[in-house]
Amino acid sequence: MAKEMPTALERFLNGILPENPVYRQLLGLCPTLAVTSGVASAMTMAGATAFVLICSNVMTSLIRGFLKPHLRILIYTLTIATFVTIADRFLAAYMWSMSKQLGPYVPLIIVNCVIVCRCEVCSSKQPVFVAASDALGQSLGFGLALLSIASVREVLATGAWAGLRVLPDTWPNCGAMGLPPGAFITMGLLLGLVNWVSARRKTLKSSAGSAK
Amino acid sequence: MKKLNTGLGYLKQAWLVLVLALVFGMALANVQAALGPRIEQNKLDEALEQVPLLVRGAIAGVPVGLGDSRVYGALGAEGELLGWVVMGNGQGFAGRIELLIGLDRSLDTVTGVYVLDQRETPGLGNHITDEKWRLQFLGKKTHLPLEVIKEGVPAAHQIVAVTGATISSKSVAQAVNKAVNLVRSRKDVLQQETRRLEQMQPASKPRAGE
Repeated sequence: MAKEMPTALERFLNGILPENPVYRQLLGLCPTLAVTSGVASAMTMAGATAFVLICSNVMTSLIRGFLKPHLRILIYTLTIATFVTIADRFLAAYMWSMSKQLGPYVPLIIVNCVIVCRCEVCSSKQPVFVAASDALGQSLGFGLALLSIASVREVLATGAWAGLRVLPDTWPNCGAMGLPPGAFITMGLLLGLVNWVSARRKTLKSSAGSAK
Repeated sequence: MKKLNTGLGYLKQAWLVLVLALVFGMALANVQAALGPRIEQNKLDEALEQVPLLVRGAIAGVPVGLGDSRVYGALGAEGELLGWVVMGNGQGFAGRIELLIGLDRSLDTVTGVYVLDQRETPGLGNHITDEKWRLQFLGKKTHLPLEVIKEGVPAAHQIVAVTGATISSKSVAQAVNKAVNLVRSRKDVLQQETRRLEQMQPASKPRAGE
């Protein structure tokens, strides 16, 4: 326990790339693979997840002094389920067709491990401000990951980005990219790319360090 | 230490869970009260949009007064009654399934089934929304209750289940049976409604999508 806890800014920045929920922690892959066939649905999902993540992180942080170790997961689930239900009802009321398109994936945010993970790692131990910036950073990281995968898939599958035509009409639409196999392939390749880039940066840094 | 595990001890351990459950429950009740009517309206709008797809030739649906059940008369271009659209529901594998069932004028034949709301397993149970699967219901006679079979060639009153999702398929068939039974038992009311709908002036007939 002697280890220093990260500050709010560190938590925020960590979420975007160094601890990106999808590319680094490999968490929340179920919605990542399921809803990224189009940019619009991916962004709605990212928004709903961000709402739940921020609210439950703040809530957990507020009550962290009362948490009993053996009841903590129960309380996380209770909190998360409440905010998920609110998000789900809100989508059904104001974005009906999107809510139908996302189907059960919005209620399934309850079991999205990104959120339980953040409650356990950060907000059950740190004050509200840090917990909130952690949730913001993680949401942003999750949103960017979904956006990157959805962009690749939608453009390859339909030649359009968020419904706008970006490739010439001669583009042979690659339907498989919109289907689950396309999700796995895109996810795998982007994950590889992220790892390759960071590994390269590390070697460049260390060789620069040894040259001095 | 032993005393902690009885009565007051349990309360001491779990008070936070109880308080949170109470607070969250009340919050959710408020959310539902605020948003519920809007969601119902969305469903209703979608139901009316689907009427032309469920009863061939229909251009509009008008709600019919049949107690608290949701039934629409499907009107054609001339304001004539072509069939009925009935809202049905049942417990699926993962949640409530809500359906729209199209029936012909005499309530003898199913003219279409549409899944309005479902929470079935993605990739398995949610195939009940596929048009190809739903087409099986088209033309089924309503005098025999529908049955679900797992494989093979279906008889006139049988439906082949979605592979790996027998429970979801059965729920849909049962919901159809339930809704059909309900409207068939109220045939007299529907006959009165038929007369009322057909007496309406074509000028005042409602249009789809408005």
